[in-house]
Amino acid sequence: MSEYRAPITDMRFTLEHVAGLETLRTLPRFAHVDGDLLTGVFDEAGRFASEVIAPLAQVGDTIGSVHNGDGTVATPPGYKEAYQRFVEAGWPAAGFPEEIGGGGLPWGVASALQEMIIAADMGFSLCPMLTYGTVDMLSLHGSEEQKATYLGKLVTSEWSGTMVLTEAQAGSDVGALTTKAVPADDGTWRLTGTKIFITWGEHDLTENIIHIVLARTPGAPPGTKGISCFIVPKYLVNPDGSLGARNDVTCLSIEHKLGIHSSPTCVLSFGDAGEGAVGYLIGEENEGMRYMFTMMNEARLSVGNEGLAVSERAFQQAASYALERKQGRTVGGERGEQAPIIRHPDVRRMLMLMRANIAAMRGVLYRNALAIDLSRHLEDEERRTQEEDLAAILTPISKAWASDLGTELTSLGIQIHGGSGYVEETGAAQWWRDSRIAAIYEGTNGIQAQDLAMRRIPLGGGVAMHRLFEMVLGDAASLEGDLKPIADRLTEATEASAAVAMTFGQWLLEGRYNDVLAGATPFLKMMGDTLGGWMLARGARAATAEPAGYDPAFLADRIALAAFYAEHVLPTVIGLKGSCLAGAEGMFAIEESRFG
Amino acid sequence: MKIAVCVKQIPDPATPYQLDPETHLVMRPAEQVLDDTDRYGIEVALQLAAATDGTVVLVSMGPAGNLQGIRQALAMGADQAVVVSDPLLQGSGALVTARVLAAAIVREAVDLVIAGTESTDGYTGIVPQQIAEILGLPALTFARKVEHIDGKLRVERQTASGYDVVTSPLPALVSVTSGAVEPRYPTFKGIMQAKQKPVDQPTCADLGIDPGSVGLGGSGQSITAVRPAPARTAGTKIHDEGEAYLEIVKLLEQAKVI
Repeated sequence: MSEYRAPITDMRFTLEHVAGLETLRTLPRFAHVDGDLLTGVFDEAGRFASEVIAPLAQVGDTIGSVHNGDGTVATPPGYKEAYQRFVEAGWPAAGFPEEIGGGGLPWGVASALQEMIIAADMGFSLCPMLTYGTVDMLSLHGSEEQKATYLGKLVTSEWSGTMVLTEAQAGSDVGALTTKAVPADDGTWRLTGTKIFITWGEHDLTENIIHIVLARTPGAPPGTKGISCFIVPKYLVNPDGSLGARNDVTCLSIEHKLGIHSSPTCVLSFGDAGEGAVGYLIGEENEGMRYMFTMMNEARLSVGNEGLAVSERAFQQAASYALERKQGRTVGGERGEQAPIIRHPDVRRMLMLMRANIAAMRGVLYRNALAIDLSRHLEDEERRTQEEDLAAILTPISKAWASDLGTELTSLGIQIHGGSGYVEETGAAQWWRDSRIAAIYEGTNGIQAQDLAMRRIPLGGGVAMHRLFEMVLGDAASLEGDLKPIADRLTEATEASAAVAMTFGQWLLEGRYNDVLAGATPFLKMMGDTLGGWMLARGARAATAEPAGYDPAFLADRIALAAFYAEHVLPTVIGLKGSCLAGAEGMFAIEESRFG
Repeated sequence: MKIAVCVKQIPDPATPYQLDPETHLVMRPAEQVLDDTDRYGIEVALQLAAATDGTVVLVSMGPAGNLQGIRQALAMGADQAVVVSDPLLQGSGALVTARVLAAAIVREAVDLVIAGTESTDGYTGIVPQQIAEILGLPALTFARKVEHIDGKLRVERQTASGYDVVTSPLPALVSVTSGAVEPRYPTFKGIMQAKQKPVDQPTCADLGIDPGSVGLGGSGQSITAVRPAPARTAGTKIHDEGEAYLEIVKLLEQAKVI
């Protein structure tokens, strides 16, 4: 079993010197988020993640959650106790506003805490992650009564929450769902239908589960315009807060999956026993999709965080293996030498790719999280809008770029282990299997690329995207001396990405949607790699200024990582330009029937 | 019941210690962490305080630095801290440390003093007993279980072959073994509150301690040389031909484990 140590120095450095926490500190509500607080919180959360949660990962993978046949689901040994301690320690609530009983930390800092829990055990982390979505939904759109009934225990994670969207015929196309909600005499609703792929839809970690269910009301318009949002608690809640009758929600089965085995992926049936499960309408009828979109940014960013976190876990295991495992001699080494494999250039290449990409992801994701914080709390309306636009552009990139990298880097982690990596006992394969889902759920990466190309390029008439490129080029221009080569590679990559964005913008005006869609995925990759280079360049610039409180060796590493990324990753950005601009024609050149 | 817990900030054990080449003393960075073995004593104190509606004060000696280790202990739930931080104290031996801690404890008028058995960076293992002697308190050392019953302490003392049950009136001193209890993890609220808790930082003068009686000069001892620990020698290999378990039993008997 590999150990996990939260990379708290890099987390703190990225927040304070790369992503721009200082802007957030100018706001009264976050003025207390100083270096001491970050150290105190990261230290203890990291210790908790290492000692209490990380040991669960392998048990969770090998035993997994089990459907008992009677509709209940048993989590793997140790999960209940660890979850209980997680709730008691107050970590789930740390990132919520104080107004609803949270700890008042900005989302940027809470993202780092989330990264620790995911890296420790991604399957475990999904339970509180789904609950965060429920909290957002209710605090933004719930009635006062609904907030009073559910919010308190969801904020602390004493109860868990779920997002119940998917049906067999309604996956990426949520508008095709058919679950029905009909009004009852008492103002509540009765829901009937079957939902699939419901993460942590049934389990034994909490005494109640609050499902947020999408369904259609009688006479609702077809498609996404006719979807409403309901609260369906596993146990109805009495007026005094105690638990009442068991609601008519049944877990029929759980899926057998590639990874995240501890996270039960449920088939949920509503209203099997009678007239329907009791539900409570959130907000207005037919507004469900709009409510869903308001919480999409955080959810997608959280999934990007999975790519980052699991890569970090895989990197730590691969690096310690590469330091210990001895094979073969190095160039110029003595005959018979058995060198640790970290000394072989190709192994070092893989480790450096992992480490540099991890630092790049951390930068982009934290900047994304801080943009969400700033878009909510800045005084100045114009700047607030700018941050909102930035978050809108960064979110699909964070989700897709980071989750694709998660798959790629965890695969490198296996490769570094050689044959042992392919053996499950080593534990290196779990990170790859766990991370693979992140590219699929919460909107596939293809949909993220479509969102970026079709909706984010035209945002504000193209001004938002232009402003982002100007920010990157501005930072590149500020790099001097030894950092100049980094600046040059970053500028070239940015100009290539900007040229594709310009062309796509033009094509959209001309109605050449298929051409844009055909190149959307390589464009998202270009953007991700470029912005990753931007964040690493900012890190190198900050490291050159030798900020207090950091080991000189750590700062030197940050400069070396930026230089490596500029030499090995940024040049590949330019190579993607042709693929982006090739258009759709060649993609459809082979007749559909020829695929049969 | 008011309880004092002796704690120590030490350099992070994850990074190798540096010794000053001239004085041979451990070089202490501004960021030091709480000695992990102190968490057991803190946990025992917090449980006793909760049962008796009492309070817990941490008592420490050494460079305060940025107080990171002390904040870690406060985050567990202790109410306040006293850190005797004075450059004059650099190089003090165990007995001087005990005198200084005793002087700080006396000011707090506590009912019970709790300590670990030894620090992870010094390993002298005699400071708790010395404090008890200086303060004239009964010393209940190597406790694996501590209970407060009818105004008295009932302690199970770990011994080589088992444990002794001893009782003592208060005030008293107890040293707690690692693993005696499961230390709690600080809560998020606890960490936030720790920033606001009072940390008193008296000097030797404040405690009325004669500067000549502390530090390297006042300790009546000197470090003459420091040598690296000998490298680990190769182990013994025993080939199992079905009887190797007997060898294991023999080794365990030699180690007095069984």
